[in-house]
Amino acid sequence: MADILVYVPESGKHAAEVLTLARSLGDVTAIAFDDQSTALASEYGAAKVYRVTADGVDDYFVEPKATILTDLARQAGPDAFLLPSTDEGKALAARLAVALDNGLLTDVTGLDAEGARQDIFAGATVTASKITKGFTLATVKAGATAAEPAPGEPAVEAVEVRVADADKRVRIAERVDEPAGDRPGLSEADVVVSGGRGVGSAEDFALIERVADALGGAVGASRAATDAGYYPHKFQVGQTGTTVSPQLYVAAGISGAIQHRAGMQTSKVIVAVNKDADAPIFGMADFGVVGDLFEVLPQVLEEAEKRK
Amino acid sequence: MNIVVLVKQVPDSGLARQLDAQLRVDRNGPNNVMGELDEYAVEAALQLKEAHGGEVTVLTLGPDQATETVRKTLAMGADKAVHISDEAAAGSDALATSKLLAAALGRLEWDLVIAGAESTDSGMGVMPHLLAARTGAAAATGARKIDVDGDTITVEHQRDNGYDVLTASLPAIVSVWDTINTPRYPSLKGIMAAKRKSVETLTAADLGVDPSEIGGDAAATEVLSATDRPERTAGQIVTDEGDGGRQLAAFLAAEKFI
Repeated sequence: MADILVYVPESGKHAAEVLTLARSLGDVTAIAFDDQSTALASEYGAAKVYRVTADGVDDYFVEPKATILTDLARQAGPDAFLLPSTDEGKALAARLAVALDNGLLTDVTGLDAEGARQDIFAGATVTASKITKGFTLATVKAGATAAEPAPGEPAVEAVEVRVADADKRVRIAERVDEPAGDRPGLSEADVVVSGGRGVGSAEDFALIERVADALGGAVGASRAATDAGYYPHKFQVGQTGTTVSPQLYVAAGISGAIQHRAGMQTSKVIVAVNKDADAPIFGMADFGVVGDLFEVLPQVLEEAEKRK
Repeated sequence: MNIVVLVKQVPDSGLARQLDAQLRVDRNGPNNVMGELDEYAVEAALQLKEAHGGEVTVLTLGPDQATETVRKTLAMGADKAVHISDEAAAGSDALATSKLLAAALGRLEWDLVIAGAESTDSGMGVMPHLLAARTGAAAATGARKIDVDGDTITVEHQRDNGYDVLTASLPAIVSVWDTINTPRYPSLKGIMAAKRKSVETLTAADLGVDPSEIGGDAAATEVLSATDRPERTAGQIVTDEGDGGRQLAAFLAAEKFI
């Protein structure tokens, strides 16, 4: 069996997906920095867990963890090392690649004997690639696979590390949470409901939020909507924003410029509501309603309420 | 404070893009533009220069035609540029690219390097950390805000549900999202002035990088195949005549979303 290392950060669903994918490749050894991650690794079938304790590791940006992961990779000599494709996961993978002079693949959507699959050009093309120098070092995109539990009792090996002064270059002085209520994170959500210029104002985005909540989804926005100040920039779906790949994508008042399509066209099911029958978004929608979103969406909410 | 901005010419994402026969991004078409987030990096550098003085140098790696992108940054207000152009670099992966860029950074005097958070073509988003690992500079990436006070840089690192405040001593490498500013347009005066600004063109040999370490042959990854994803086709489109919402709800119910 191949030996697969997986970095398991605290965030749940994405890490569970990476563990599930890793299990399909071989025996999984998870690297966890807290009890939550250790528990997740056990639930998703890791055979072994390195439970790392390192005083101050969370006070500094990327570098302490990168050094620890590099040392563990050297020690374990894995066939593959998978990390979630998040800002942190990519930064760690980049530093592993330099330290180990190893190839690197990011935003992988599948991995098997045929190679690593990636969506390029905003999902218009799918490539299969492999690493030709070193082991398979890859970051895995959220939604690449469905997380499937496989509870077990992994061997837990405690690893105690001292954070080196050289890794204390960038201090995390403060963490500021701007919670989006109980809504799931945009890149991890199974359902994303996005509003565009057609929503017309910041106040009217409340309707988009209500639909998102009725469907248990996250709220997104097109660039036109964020540029107009209707909704905060960080919820932008598209080329310069977040790329999402949910089970259901609802586009309301969004025309479907390529900038936007780049961020959502690999969604499983797409539905659209737009006044303009010629809007490009209808060309890719599984179901579309040509109409006023302020007429159509309240009716959807009513029906959703009835069907509860 | 001297700042280096990393920019990259990319195929226009608003038009059809393709891989060439060697399964590399085709950069020889007529529709190349500056990477979308690079403009925000240039703007951030210009604003810091306006506040703190110093010089802004643009650094790029790409074929000869990437000069167009360099000229645009000079027209926006950057002072000078370094353009690494070498046939041997074609097909370089991120690791080899970072070797060349790190070598160029080694020849420049800088306190701060600013890049876009990711390129519009490959979109890996790893270059700042690759360069930080090679140069030993601090890396504070994914910024929505940058402040410099003396020798200290403070960055708001954007997250899904908030931000982290990062602090480091210069020299540092930062990357920016489009939340950070609104890039300026080049003025006519800027466009005229750009023609007189210095663009230094360098090869791998000039940088002391062995050509055998770069390019397609040295890549640590290999693209095995590429397939066009079938275009999505329209499903059922209805016109709302009073019950469009109910029809949509029925579709969502059939798909088990409600």
